[in-house]
Amino acid sequence: MKTILLATALLLAAPVAQACETFTIGDISVERAWSRASIGTDRPGVLYLEITNAGATDDALVGIATPADAMLMLHETVVKGGIASMSHVASISVAAGQTVALSPGGFHGMLMGLTEALTEGATFPVTLTFAQAGSVNVTVDVLSMRAEGPGCDDAK
Amino acid sequence: MRRRQVILSAAGVAGAAAFMLGLGAWRTRERAAPNPLLPLPLAAMDWQLTDHLGQDVTPADWLGRPAMVFFGFTYCPDVCPTTLLDIADWLEDLGPDADKLTVALITVDPERDTPQALADYILNFDPRIIGLTGSPDAIARTAANFRVRFEKVPAGEGDYSMNHTAGVFLFRADGRFASIIDFHEDRRFAVPKIRRILA
Repeated sequence: MKTILLATALLLAAPVAQACETFTIGDISVERAWSRASIGTDRPGVLYLEITNAGATDDALVGIATPADAMLMLHETVVKGGIASMSHVASISVAAGQTVALSPGGFHGMLMGLTEALTEGATFPVTLTFAQAGSVNVTVDVLSMRAEGPGCDDAK
Repeated sequence: MRRRQVILSAAGVAGAAAFMLGLGAWRTRERAAPNPLLPLPLAAMDWQLTDHLGQDVTPADWLGRPAMVFFGFTYCPDVCPTTLLDIADWLEDLGPDADKLTVALITVDPERDTPQALADYILNFDPRIIGLTGSPDAIARTAANFRVRFEKVPAGEGDYSMNHTAGVFLFRADGRFASIIDFHEDRRFAVPKIRRILA
């Protein structure tokens, strides 16, 4: 009985804690993975997260995929001469000892073929592939459309 | 003593004259030919668009209230939500004064951004924001009035994205252009800029 209660409590607590969960492969750790609720499936969704390379060797994020989207791509928002544009980036380097953030106004994952609407409170899995460390599965928290950052207590 | 007074008052007169001349020059300059890089005054604009409730809107409708205007589109995953969230935060910071502002998002993607699409989108941010759309020609004319640039960029499989001027334009109540809040500008500078057009 106690075990069932504990399991239930964990299940209930899990969605809240996930944005702050850390996913690790080799020297690479990924945390603060979040997205915003989408209006239907026509408009693109977005993906933000932070990657830390604790190792002594430079690495790079070279692949990204999710069953939640037909064509998840890495983009970078660039504002040049007042004009904002998004460029597709093939990889994002994460130098040894550095943290790289995919965050609003900079690097981000763009979900351009959502298989279903992203609803607040839901999660979806993303597989990140690094040139050196290999692949890691990350759980992404879908936050409100008005979220400006990951819903972690220790968020910057 | 007397001589010194004469010199001082002469200097005073010369100073006042120089000040008046300077003021005259400054005022003339303000009325000079429009800068081709900055938005026209609202009173000199000639666009007509439809808002997210289906009502016609012209720049004349905005005269008498300070205005905050930006260009974007609702199929934009990063820049536009970020700008809208910034604006919603600024409005919150301004408190009741924010109600004195006209705040508008003008789409650069009229093909997809119908009044209904704009309504679905902006109501998630702040109900005081107006969404404006129109025919491609009407949008092009509006962008030209604001000196805004935009272009369609193919994104594969028939999909596309839009590059566009990302700043937020501020206009005084009389329609004169006041300033731009750049994308990524620090909130410490943004809110005082808005307060200046409310003053």
